[in-house]
Amino acid sequence: MSYLNPGLPIPVASPDGLDAPYWEAAARDVLMLQVCEDCGYYQWGPEWVCHQCHSENVLFKEIEPRGRIYSYERVWHPVHPALNEQGPYLIVLVEFPNYNNARMVGNLVGDPEQEVVIGSSVEPVFEHHLDGDPPYTLVQWQIAE
Amino acid sequence: MSRTIRGKVAVVGLGETQYYKRGQSPDAEFKLALKAIIAACKDAGISPKKVDGFASFSNDRSDPSRLAAALGCDDLRFANMQWGGGGGGGSGAIANAAAAIATGMAECVIVFRALAQGQFGRFGQGPRSNTTTGAGAYTVPYGLMSPAQSFAMKVNRFMHDYGVKQEALRAISLASYHHAQNNPRAVMHGRPLDEAKYDESRWIVEPFHLFDCCLENDGAAAMLLVPAERAKDFPHKPTYILSALSGSHYRAGASAHNTPDYATSTFKTTVPRLYAMANLGPRDVQVAQVYENFTGGVLMSIVEHGFCEPDGCNEFFTKENLIAPNGKLPTNTSGGNLAECYMHGLGLNIEAVRQLRGESTNQVNDVDVSLVASGPMVTPVSSSIFGSEATL
Repeated sequence: MSYLNPGLPIPVASPDGLDAPYWEAAARDVLMLQVCEDCGYYQWGPEWVCHQCHSENVLFKEIEPRGRIYSYERVWHPVHPALNEQGPYLIVLVEFPNYNNARMVGNLVGDPEQEVVIGSSVEPVFEHHLDGDPPYTLVQWQIAE
Repeated sequence: MSRTIRGKVAVVGLGETQYYKRGQSPDAEFKLALKAIIAACKDAGISPKKVDGFASFSNDRSDPSRLAAALGCDDLRFANMQWGGGGGGGSGAIANAAAAIATGMAECVIVFRALAQGQFGRFGQGPRSNTTTGAGAYTVPYGLMSPAQSFAMKVNRFMHDYGVKQEALRAISLASYHHAQNNPRAVMHGRPLDEAKYDESRWIVEPFHLFDCCLENDGAAAMLLVPAERAKDFPHKPTYILSALSGSHYRAGASAHNTPDYATSTFKTTVPRLYAMANLGPRDVQVAQVYENFTGGVLMSIVEHGFCEPDGCNEFFTKENLIAPNGKLPTNTSGGNLAECYMHGLGLNIEAVRQLRGESTNQVNDVDVSLVASGPMVTPVSSSIFGSEATL
């Protein structure tokens, strides 16, 4: 089940090798952030060095996949032909309080006209596109019970 | 304070092409640039051959060497591009040009922006590639790809934090359209906006209605800068740069919306330096041009430039407070990016100088200090303050 209609650009790992582990993990229903082996600081999006201590020993590590909605938006106007028949959809910015407040962008599944409450707890829904060329996985979010 | 550009540079020429709806310019983008530059030189009463520098922003496609060749400039001494920031570079390009003049690198510099969105890509559309990688891979596949979509979440969070109502955004749009009705250059001249029309307009992305969003236009704008000591050699009332600079806060450019201070127009760190250089404060500013990519950016910019407390937005942002001549802070008096023309904000700097000359179509009385905030919510952003001879 795909939240958005098909046809948007497909995410692929950066050709310079920066973020391949993240995408490979998502394909296995695992959520990862980048963490510094030296100072333990989590960061997102991925970078080549830790922005706190400048160590190059940054790696990808599985996290407890629970976050809270930091902000959101309901989109109505399509800016890509794939979305012309989509209707409204919800984008959320999810923050991870236990991981130095790193944030990720995704869609909030369910009724696109639902009321969204900033601060709500959310958990990931791994949306696999095995027929994609190349195959890929999106990390979506749902309100946690 | 010896290391400053305050009072060292004057704006002596303003030039604009006719402004067109996107795709309707009969002229190529490069020709639009030439026309605006020639107009600015004519306004200043000098030959374009005397121009010795060009400064622009947002990767303007009109290359300075080609411009200098096309115009027959005698001696190119300064060719400058402000990195990043889209419209956030508007006052930054002015700052760069002023720095070149203040330090003796150049004497006669054009700041310009030429844009034909009909001939090249539209800012308001998503990418058409089959794949996306890097930072784009974390947003584009989720349908987050246009400027409106990139900024609405910042504005939603700000409105949530401070209880700001939709009516505050509406007031900004109403003021711009009000001013455009007196400005025959404005693309929205003759197309007034009222509260009902705003309320009934479609959502683009909440909290932005259609009328909260800038236009998409073709055209060009240019300003001519010279050393302050030459200001009185030119035909118009002298106007001076009191402050101009750019910047952004800690990790403002972190990808996937990870800047720690998120719900901001990006001006919190630059504004103290802006006023310190000008040796002025917000109470001295008589009229403001505040870049409207979207009204929410105007709201946060006005707060961060010290004109209003964040929890006072619902009281401050009324149409009456924002219109010339008698509003508390007359704002976007040409109609700005919402209703005059989206020339990536350089038109706002031109309007700021026009207010000092006394030539605005929505003139504020006896203006000595005129402020511009360029490109909120991007990084880096920039601001400028222009002043009359009395402020030197």
